[in-house]
Amino acid sequence: MSWTLALPILVPFVTAALAFLLRNRRGSGWISVAGAVVSLVLAIRLLLAVLEHGVVATQMSAWAAPFGITLVADYLGAAMVLITAIIGLAVAVWAMAEVGQTSARLGWHGLFQTLIGGVTGAFLTGDLFNLYVWFEVLLISSFVLLVIGGRKKAIDGAVKYVTLNLISTVLFLCAAGLTYGATGTLNMADLRAAVSAHPDQGLMTVIAMMFMIGFGLKAAVFPLFFWLPASYHTPHYAVSAVFAGLLTKVGVYALIRVFTLIFVGDQGYTHEILLWVACLTMLTGVLGAAAQSDFRKILSFHIISQIGYMVLGLALMTPLAVMGGVFYLLHHIIVKANLFLIAGVSRRLTGSSDLYVIGGLYRSAPLLAALFLIPAFSLAGFPPLSGFWAKYVLVKASLDLGQGLVAFVALLTGLLTIYSMTKIWAEAFWKAHPDQRQPALSAIPTRARWLLLSPIIALAAMTVLIGLIPEPFVTFATTGAEQLLDPSAYIATVLGGDAP
Amino acid sequence: MKSLILTTGARLLIALFLVFSLYVLLRGHNAPGGGFIGGLIAACGFAIHAFASGVAEARRALHVDPRTIGTLGLACALIAGLMALPLGAEPFAGIWGEIADYKISSVLLFDIGVYLAVVGGILTLIFALEETL
Repeated sequence: MSWTLALPILVPFVTAALAFLLRNRRGSGWISVAGAVVSLVLAIRLLLAVLEHGVVATQMSAWAAPFGITLVADYLGAAMVLITAIIGLAVAVWAMAEVGQTSARLGWHGLFQTLIGGVTGAFLTGDLFNLYVWFEVLLISSFVLLVIGGRKKAIDGAVKYVTLNLISTVLFLCAAGLTYGATGTLNMADLRAAVSAHPDQGLMTVIAMMFMIGFGLKAAVFPLFFWLPASYHTPHYAVSAVFAGLLTKVGVYALIRVFTLIFVGDQGYTHEILLWVACLTMLTGVLGAAAQSDFRKILSFHIISQIGYMVLGLALMTPLAVMGGVFYLLHHIIVKANLFLIAGVSRRLTGSSDLYVIGGLYRSAPLLAALFLIPAFSLAGFPPLSGFWAKYVLVKASLDLGQGLVAFVALLTGLLTIYSMTKIWAEAFWKAHPDQRQPALSAIPTRARWLLLSPIIALAAMTVLIGLIPEPFVTFATTGAEQLLDPSAYIATVLGGDAP
Repeated sequence: MKSLILTTGARLLIALFLVFSLYVLLRGHNAPGGGFIGGLIAACGFAIHAFASGVAEARRALHVDPRTIGTLGLACALIAGLMALPLGAEPFAGIWGEIADYKISSVLLFDIGVYLAVVGGILTLIFALEETL
C-alpha cells in the first residue's frame, strides 16, 4: 500500500531528472509524455485503492505518525491526484507542439514534471510542514516555467507572481510554526484533536486566519487575486493551461483540507468570512472578465470567479454544499485547462490573443469552434454539461440554508460568465478576421495539429461525459464530502498504526 | 575586478573548502552536518574561484554543467528512496549493507544526492548572476 501512495509523487521526479539530463536531445518531450502516462496509470491504481478502502495512508520510512511524514489519500486527495495526472498528460502532449527546442534545452520538460510532482505531493501529504515543502517545490518550478521562452512581458508578470506567492508562502510558514509552537504537532490528523483541545481557542482562530490569508493568496480569492490576471497571460500557453487548471486549485484544496479537518472550532467566524469572500470573489472575477479584451485575460479573470464557487461550497459547510464544491473543483480543472489550450490553438491560427484584431475562426476552423463551445458552455453552467450540475448543486445548497442572496450572486455570476464567453465567441469566432485571414486548422502541419487537438478533444469528451452521466461522479463527490465533514476514518487510518 | 591577493588565496581556499565539505558530508551521518551544509560549503569554494578568476575559469574547473550536477543529485536521492521498492520496505526506508566490514547505506546515497543538488543549484544561481552582472 505504501508504494501505491509514494509512486505517484516519485514518478514525475524520476521523469524530470531523465528529461532534464537528456534536454539537449530532440525527443526529451517524449520522456515527459511517457512519464505522464505512467503517472496516469499509477493515479488510477491509487484511486482504485481508495475506492476499496475508503482512506489509505502510509508513513515514510515507517516512522510512525504523528512523528514521521504521512502520505494519505481520501476520496478528494485521490481524485485530485488523478485529475493532476490527466491534465499533466494532456499538457505534456500539447506542449510537444508548442514548446520549441530553445525552451526544451533550458529544461522546460523537466521543470514541467517537477511542477506536476509538487502538485501531486501537495494533494497526498498528511503533514502541514510537508505541505509547505510541496508548495515550495511547485512554486520554484513555476517561477522558472513563467520566464522560460518569455519576453519582457513574461518577466514583468513573473515578478508580480513571485513576490505575492513568496508573501503567501511566508505567511503559511509562520502559521505552521505557530501551530507547532501551540500544539506540538504538525500531522494534520493529529492536529484536529490538538487544536480543539487547546485552552486558548482565540489563538487558534488567529492562526486559522493566517492560514486563510496564506492559502487565499495562493487560491486567488477576493481581495488577494490581483497577481493572477497580471501573470497568467504571459508565458507559453501550455504553462498557462497547467497553471490555470492546477495551481490555484492547490490553494483551494489546502483551504478545504485545513478548514474541514483542522480549524473547525469557530465556524461562525471563519466560515462566515469565507462566505463573504466567496461571494465577492465570484462577482469581482466575472466583472473583471467583462472589462477585458484579451483571450487569456478573460479566461484568467474567470478562474477567479470560479474559485469563488469552490470556496462557497466550503463556506456553507453542509454535506450538499461541500459535495458541490468538490464536484466544482474537479469539473473546473478539466474545463479551464482545456479553454487555455484552445486559446493557444486560436493564437497560433490567428496570430494574436487580442480579441479585437482576430476573428474568422468559426468559418475557417469549425472544429475548433465546436470544441470551444463545450468547455465555454460548461463554464457558464449550461445543461447538460458538467458545469451545470456543479452550479445547480451549489445554488440548491445555498437555498436550502435560506441564503437567497448567495444563490442570487451565484446565478448572476453564471449569467455574466455567459456574457464574456459570448464576447470571445463573437469576436474570435464569429466576426470576420480584420485582415481577411482564413485561419484554417489545415495550416498547421499534420503532426503538430494532432498533438494540439487530441488533448483538447479528450478533455472536451470528459466534460461531456461528466455532464451526461453525472450519477457516478456525484456519488463519488458525495462520499468525498462525507469524508471531509466527518474525518474520523481519515484520522483513524493515519494514526491507527500500520497501513494494511 | 582582478586581485592578486584573492587569486592566490583562492587557490588555497578552494582545496580547503572542498575537503572540509566532504568531511562535513560524511560526518553528518552520526553528528551535526550532512549533505545540505556540505553542499553549501563546496559551492562556496567554487563561488570564490568564480569571483577570483572569472566564471569561465570556474566552469572549466567544475568540468560539468552545474545544472547537470543538480539533476544527478536529484537522481541519486530518488534512487536512494526507490531502493526500498524491490526489497519490500517502506518508501525512503534506510537500506543497509556491508562491504569489507564497512557499513554503507542508502541514507548516505541520499545525503550525497542532497550534496550534489545543493552544489548544482547554488552554482547555477551564482554563475548566472556573475555572468549577467
